[in-house]
Amino acid sequence: MTDIDYADFPDAGGHFGPYGGRFIAETLMGPVDELRQAYEHYAQDPGFVAEFDRDLRHYVGRPSPLYHAERWSRELGGAQIYLKREDLNHTGAHKVNNTIGQALLARRMGKRRVIAETGAGQHGVATATVAARFGLECVIYMGEEDIRRQAINVYRMRLLGAEVVPVLSGSRTLKDAMNEAMRDWVTTVDDTFYIIGTVAGPHPYPAMVRDFQAIIGREAREQCLAQTGRLPDALVACVGGGSNAIGLFHPFLADEQVAMYGVEAAGEGLDTGHHAAPLCAGKPGVLHGNRTYLMEDGDGQIIETHSISAGLDYPGVGPEHAWLKDIGRVQYTAVTDAGALAAFHTLTRVEGIMPALESSHALAWADKLAPTLDHDAILVVNLSGRGDKDIHTVAALEGIEV
Amino acid sequence: MSRIGARFDALRVEGRTALIPFITAGDPEPAVTVPLMHAMVEAGVDLIELGVPFSDPMADGPAIQLADERALAHHVSLRQVLEMVQQFRDQDDITPVVLMGYLNPIEVMGYAAFTQAAAVAGVDGVITVDLPPEEAGEILRLFREAAIDPIFLLAPTSNRQRIETICASAGGFIYYVSIKGVTGINQPDSTEVQKRVTQIRAVTDLPVGVGFGIRDAASAARFARFADAVIVGSALVNKIAELADCPAGIPSHVTGLLREMRQAMDEK
Repeated sequence: MTDIDYADFPDAGGHFGPYGGRFIAETLMGPVDELRQAYEHYAQDPGFVAEFDRDLRHYVGRPSPLYHAERWSRELGGAQIYLKREDLNHTGAHKVNNTIGQALLARRMGKRRVIAETGAGQHGVATATVAARFGLECVIYMGEEDIRRQAINVYRMRLLGAEVVPVLSGSRTLKDAMNEAMRDWVTTVDDTFYIIGTVAGPHPYPAMVRDFQAIIGREAREQCLAQTGRLPDALVACVGGGSNAIGLFHPFLADEQVAMYGVEAAGEGLDTGHHAAPLCAGKPGVLHGNRTYLMEDGDGQIIETHSISAGLDYPGVGPEHAWLKDIGRVQYTAVTDAGALAAFHTLTRVEGIMPALESSHALAWADKLAPTLDHDAILVVNLSGRGDKDIHTVAALEGIEV
Repeated sequence: MSRIGARFDALRVEGRTALIPFITAGDPEPAVTVPLMHAMVEAGVDLIELGVPFSDPMADGPAIQLADERALAHHVSLRQVLEMVQQFRDQDDITPVVLMGYLNPIEVMGYAAFTQAAAVAGVDGVITVDLPPEEAGEILRLFREAAIDPIFLLAPTSNRQRIETICASAGGFIYYVSIKGVTGINQPDSTEVQKRVTQIRAVTDLPVGVGFGIRDAASAARFARFADAVIVGSALVNKIAELADCPAGIPSHVTGLLREMRQAMDEK
């Protein structure tokens, strides 16, 4: 492990060890390669990099704070917990870091239309937001089931001028929305840019989205050094597709003393089968353009997932996470719906910060981990999104009508 | 020589274009498939494409998505599809059979186990929609050893270099996707398609079939004038869907359209 240069991954074909790659229909091979070339070019282009930085600062509101949750840390009686406040970004989550980057790229490539898939609606809102700002036509694919569960985000997207298309195929959730977005793209490749919301999909998406999200880890690293004089002992982030986690982890991968925990959704429990934890309880396979760990049955069919948080309700995971698991650099674990819900309440009551249910999975793991560490240990938790969007879910679970 | 090569050689001598139907195995229920395959052969088809149902058929339009859902409601697996081919072979050892599907069921079964089982069952070729040659090294070697033809798609977005890359790995025939899009949605422009087929022929001696968007006798005949094969999928799958509740009528319903196509193609 010591002699891995993480900058060498992915390879030219988009592989992280056996994972990643480009498993797509021939019609998309040309357009995806055109995207790779454009991304490789603009990632080195000072004008593009400066524009991205400027937008992150003045439109998103970066840098996001690294906040020492003193009261919660004291209550847990172990490590000092620092929260990376991605919930304070414009649109309320880390997703916008990536949609800004891809929308800027779409403009440079001369595309006039953007499409995206969304589950909880956070990526859809972040995409509709940047499309509004740049004057791009925007179509969001969303499973019919998710549209029903996330009515407010659907309305937000429509207010922003996006067309929200209900997806009626398959399980009518995030994976089916991604299938439908791919079908749109294969038909409209000439003028359309597909803004994938996580570190999955065919190369270059996993690497490109990681690079756009790595601002999280770069800031956290600097902030931790500035505030505490040293690097953190451990990082914790929730993992659905894994974009907020890879964004935090990646700038620390070479710092061997920094432990890393990726927290998947254990749903009703890993042994019930009702969960969304491919790294903890799935197997490698191929879906949505990459090889990675998947939730699948013995015949290779993708199975339905369950999580209290729609943003983690996805049967796959970014290929870099699959590789980091296999080489042992990151430990992947899982937290149940009940655990996440408890952490949602704890942070709200103890720190006055209402976390997204996705991020609550990471907080629940920190809740277990912190007491096992020394008082001077430093734990950085990615607070990837704010919880306002989840108030109806939480209230319904507690039998309260709002 | 494989059954596919032999069939195209024979057609070339006769000056005819191959008619290739696509059906999803197990749609609308498993018992329909093998009798339907025999009925289609009797109606004059030259090669059969059998779709392996998958939960997430990203390159397919609504017709074939629904066909996959109907088959999966009966838990039709890749192994069962191979059993169907084997059963078909009990009575027909001549008509080539090609499987068409997505990579994950093959990944889960294992490349070596799948290749061996497919060869034993009498599968002649495999189209894996989401497996480009760049990712196919290992399975191409196994297919070669088992004399199974790896059939690849070419698309309107494939440039000269990709045409060369794909033709260098391909066997059996080239499947030219006539439109940008998913199966069964848009009508292809036959002049444009003919131009592309000519470009492909300049690179390879393999027969070139045209599919995605051929729905009736007239469009089949139009493409038969220049293609080596005409592939019809969604139009047949829609016929099957119409009779999903009374499957006994499916073979005659499906072969009616195929006979019209066959006739129009032979009169081209």
